[in-house]
Amino acid sequence: MAATARPATSPRDTAGSRAASTLAANRSGLAIGAAVVVLALVAYQWDGVQTTAITARTVREAAPLILAALCGLVGERSGVINIGIEGQMLLGAYSGFMAASYSGSLLVGVVAAVGVAALAGLFLAWAAVALRMDQIIAGTVINIVGAGATSFFYVAGRTMPRFPQWSIPGLEDLPLVGRTLFNHGPLTYTAAVMVLVIHVALFHTRWGLRTRAVGEHPGAADTVGVRIERLRYVNLTLAGGLSGLAGIALLQSAGAFDRGMTAGRGFIALAVMIFGRWRPTGVLGAALLFGLFNAVQAQLQFKQALDVPPQFFGMIPFILTIAVLAVAGVKARPPAAAGRPYDPE
Amino acid sequence: MRAVWRQWVLLPVAAVVVGLIAGALLILVSGDNPLTAYGGMAEGAFGGSDAIGRTLEKATPLIMGGLAVAFAFKAGLFNIGGQGQLLVGAAFAAWAGFGLDLPTVLHIPLALIVGGVAGSVFGAVAGLLKATRGTHEVITTIMLNFVAANLTDWLVSRDGPWKDPDSGAVARSPHVADSAALPRWGFLPVGFLVAVAVAVAVWWVVNRSVLGFEISTVGQNAKAATYAGISVVRITVVAMAISAFLAGLGGAIQTQGVNGRFEPGFNSGLGFDGITIALLARTNALAVIPAALLIGAMDAGSTLMQSRTDVPPEIISVIQGFILFLVAAPSVVRWMLRLRQDLGAGTNVDLAAGWGAS
Repeated sequence: MAATARPATSPRDTAGSRAASTLAANRSGLAIGAAVVVLALVAYQWDGVQTTAITARTVREAAPLILAALCGLVGERSGVINIGIEGQMLLGAYSGFMAASYSGSLLVGVVAAVGVAALAGLFLAWAAVALRMDQIIAGTVINIVGAGATSFFYVAGRTMPRFPQWSIPGLEDLPLVGRTLFNHGPLTYTAAVMVLVIHVALFHTRWGLRTRAVGEHPGAADTVGVRIERLRYVNLTLAGGLSGLAGIALLQSAGAFDRGMTAGRGFIALAVMIFGRWRPTGVLGAALLFGLFNAVQAQLQFKQALDVPPQFFGMIPFILTIAVLAVAGVKARPPAAAGRPYDPE
Repeated sequence: MRAVWRQWVLLPVAAVVVGLIAGALLILVSGDNPLTAYGGMAEGAFGGSDAIGRTLEKATPLIMGGLAVAFAFKAGLFNIGGQGQLLVGAAFAAWAGFGLDLPTVLHIPLALIVGGVAGSVFGAVAGLLKATRGTHEVITTIMLNFVAANLTDWLVSRDGPWKDPDSGAVARSPHVADSAALPRWGFLPVGFLVAVAVAVAVWWVVNRSVLGFEISTVGQNAKAATYAGISVVRITVVAMAISAFLAGLGGAIQTQGVNGRFEPGFNSGLGFDGITIALLARTNALAVIPAALLIGAMDAGSTLMQSRTDVPPEIISVIQGFILFLVAAPSVVRWMLRLRQDLGAGTNVDLAAGWGAS
């Protein structure tokens, strides 16, 4: 599998060949994207209102997945598997909700969510680096404690301030595109910005080069003086912050914290990360695709367009994701060192 | 011998003690008396034959879910789909239970096998896609969980074919026939005995059979396995099918022994707990039994604990998290209990290697 997979972009590549190889690697992704855009345009001619409802919902549903998948991506690119995203999101959403609820300020909520989820990321780093604990176990611990603690301390009946809806003047009036892209809550824009930030940071900065080196070949990174363990601590803590934002993004759509409100999204985010081949742009595409499946499903169910039991609509996003993966034959290759503690010998 | 003692007895016991102390602190913070709470939990789990029967009953699906995850790990596969496979098994066992008319000696095993095979077929999809298309099993098993939840919901819903005609608005299947119901011998649920027997069988397959050797070889090094003439494709599919069979069988036992019918909400989370159990047991099939008994006892005791102290039952998942953490990090337990003794190397299984490394 590894032998046939394309190696991650190496720093020696020129910009041109890198662009070409990225394009080739994402050919099936681009094909799917183009097909979706054409379909949306056709559908818009046919029924503008419903098409816009679906495309706007696609973007809304993708936001928490993008943020959560980026959390997993930064961790694995640094060589640490994070299956605790579900728990981190719950911890983030809970702390954010409680902090916003008691303080009356959304900003305080966001800070609390990012802080607590980052602490969970720090815990993962400590377990993986200092204790050399199995990373799957460490992530499972976060999931169990996250779900347990946020239910244990759950307080019913509290409310938090509503999230604003930001529309970009001028752009929001564009047909289809306006409502789809330029009329969302702040966390949805944050997700989009984070894709760009992580992409640039990962592939065009010294931090990114070091991170990728530590994830692929820590021995080589060590030889040239990269402090592997410190980098893993820093990156997993930062990544934890991203999962906290993902938790806040859930609150943005739900309006209040509820027990187990992540409903498996932390795991779906893992799927999005793998589907996106451990690249921020891939994550964006995969999350949007999953969001689209979900939005179509929700709209069909809402409209009762066909005489089909709702459970079958409920299956659509998941079956389609499996089908797309199987047909596209995405042979994903994780960063080579993901999952292993660094051993200098 | 001493290393075995430390690793399999001293460390887990110490981890449980520290986990309970940590839980006691949380209970104290939330304004209750930890001694009353734990007293209630212990009585609910072990006080009398009814309580012990309940503990065994709670432990049964956990054993099966734990075996499913542990078995897949041996082949380097991470089966997060235990929940979905368990649901499918539970629903199909219910169908075989209420839909067929057979003598008990045939009906019980047949319904169990129908449940196991249904779970197996459902889960084998993930193995097949992994082996032939390279689709990551973590993605497919997660996605299949949601498919299974919807599918089984539908089977017993208003529009579904297996809906109980007498249940009104409640989505559930009819009760299984008496001839398909797993009995209790005194306080001892027969389903528990089945699960223990299966655990022994799984241990034998993993450690003593040719198939087990092939599976472990593929799990440790797929390239080496190929050079040795083992078909990685075949082993991947077979391992996933067996793993899913175990989860499906767990669902069948739950239906025939505890719930008496398929009702979607009655099975929530049972399959996911399998991950915790397998990790606690370090993927050893026999160690799955005590691990499941521990968590099952906490589950069984949480109701009485809550009625005595208002401590929400979720405390036990926090305690479980602590215990899992401590079992995997022996150095922390040693430091906390100020033990001089070395507690061994902690978990020696390499789970993270199963993630996707080829």
